[in-house]
Amino acid sequence: MDFSTSITLNGLIQQFLIGLSRTTILFIVSSGLSLVLGVLRIPNVAHGSLYMLGAFLCYTIASFLGASSLGFWLAILLAPLVVALVSLAVERGLFCHLYDREHLMLLLFTFALMLIFGDVVKAVWGSEYRSLSPPEVFQGSLSILGMPFPKYNLFLLCAGPVVAFALWFLTQKTKIGKIARAAAVDRDMVAAVGINVSWVFASVFVIGCYLAGLGGALVAPTQNISQGMDHTIIMEAFLIVIIGGLGNVWGALLGALIFGLTASMGILVWPQFSIVFPYAAVVIVLVFRPKGLLKATW
Amino acid sequence: MVKRLSTRYAKSSALKLLLAFSVVILLLALCPQFLPRFFVYLLALILISGLQATSLNVALGYGGMYQFHHAVFFGIGAYTVSIMLMKTNLPPALSFLAGPMVAALLGFIMGLICVRLSKLYFGMLQLSLGSLVWIVVFRWYSFTGGDDGLHGVPVPSLISSVNGSYYFALITSIVALFMMYVILNSPFGRILQAIRDNPERSEGVGVRVKLHQLVTQVIAAFFAGVAGVLFVTVEGSAFPDLLSWTLSLEFIIMCLLGGWFTFLGPMLGAAIIVSLRTLVGVYTEYWTFALAVILMLLIFFLPEGVLGYFQRFSPVPEHSPAEDK
Repeated sequence: MDFSTSITLNGLIQQFLIGLSRTTILFIVSSGLSLVLGVLRIPNVAHGSLYMLGAFLCYTIASFLGASSLGFWLAILLAPLVVALVSLAVERGLFCHLYDREHLMLLLFTFALMLIFGDVVKAVWGSEYRSLSPPEVFQGSLSILGMPFPKYNLFLLCAGPVVAFALWFLTQKTKIGKIARAAAVDRDMVAAVGINVSWVFASVFVIGCYLAGLGGALVAPTQNISQGMDHTIIMEAFLIVIIGGLGNVWGALLGALIFGLTASMGILVWPQFSIVFPYAAVVIVLVFRPKGLLKATW
Repeated sequence: MVKRLSTRYAKSSALKLLLAFSVVILLLALCPQFLPRFFVYLLALILISGLQATSLNVALGYGGMYQFHHAVFFGIGAYTVSIMLMKTNLPPALSFLAGPMVAALLGFIMGLICVRLSKLYFGMLQLSLGSLVWIVVFRWYSFTGGDDGLHGVPVPSLISSVNGSYYFALITSIVALFMMYVILNSPFGRILQAIRDNPERSEGVGVRVKLHQLVTQVIAAFFAGVAGVLFVTVEGSAFPDLLSWTLSLEFIIMCLLGGWFTFLGPMLGAAIIVSLRTLVGVYTEYWTFALAVILMLLIFFLPEGVLGYFQRFSPVPEHSPAEDK
């Protein structure tokens, strides 16, 4: 294959848009991870499992409600909420006893959760692939500069900024966001002024996990829903959070952009090794800025 | 007075320990004579996982470094020996030596980048470097076989049978464990533990903290490479899962389960987990569920691991930093 002719401007734009829609999913998932890591200081390995759970729940709810597009939208709405409920139970039942433990212990504890979620998904949904088609409005593709582009990905492109804005509003403008940011810096001080830190942590954890579920529900129509989804996404989300700066939601956005775009642009340069590019980009960033691009919250 | 008592105690206990080890080694050496083939194979796997977990513990338990992606060195050792045996005509002994050497070299390179940071940041950096290595191995079809891996590695016939590979694994892991024990009880090992317990103060008395940590990375990677080579002699194959992050976490669990402030704890943890996977795995495909429940109970109730828990009641307790927290 001759590289000089294979890369056209249109192809470049198409890959850019595909990369951006992948970025959206990565951002939604990793911002949740970053939030939990920043405020609660839990490196939540089970985050990817909640993403997988979101995707499977979205599939099940959508097929239960029938093929209508209303069913699909309800599934997108309900699946993350169920995930959030599960995470609330986990937080109140298990995590709230463990906050003073070392990071390594917390990491292993969430790994145990990941194993359990993996087995639950295997037991409930079995090991075959599932696929979900998007609602009629977003089926098929439209042509952008002569290149086909799936309509559903356009929807994803719009969803990304909405989530980013909601997160910005939540952390900067609402009371709970302000308390959470304060608790991320000094939780003892926040407790000392009479705020119930335990419940602040619980809500942040639930919001973070909601984002994982939302990412899973949104990604459901674009790929096969299968076991093992959790392994890939948690690796990517962790790397994104690391290069963005631990706990920094905007860092997660930046990291997701780097990760998503290098992967999709890499296909144009060297298709066989396209998946290697984002990992190489992560390493390059970390060699020069070992603590991430933006300021970590701790 | 206390010191003299404890050294006298230590001498008699060292003798007892030596005796106990000789008996254990003798029993292990006799195993293939009366155990079925499957259990000999299982024992070999336990030895290899235990060696890998012990090498991880050099950095994790003794060095206090968050070694999040130790499986990379294991996998690289396995891949190096497989590729050299399959694709070159060099003498097999050279390939067997090359596995640990390449792993140590990778440990040196990754260590150079990682030791600049500490704790969670160190672990995260190692995780990202390790996943780059993993994804390259996963994708490089022409060289590493990609996601299929390499199968049917031509291991020399002397050590390719079940018993042959078992004895090879047994002898090599005993030698490797002995070497690690000597290293950890040398002045170097003591300094390493001092760094773990208080890096700032160690730096203050003139210890070159980063240099010691880098050397530890190389040592840990070297012995992980040894374990990787042994894995190939037992299984005859290498595949990308050997470098996966979940495997790394599994090794950390072995350390935690057995006791990560004890020398033999990781071996015990490996024995528990490998037997659990193999024996429970026969009855149900949900063996990871059992592992997860054990892990959770462990974190809640036994954060020092099984050996660490019993060591608490021994007359000469080893100092464990978990108690400082």
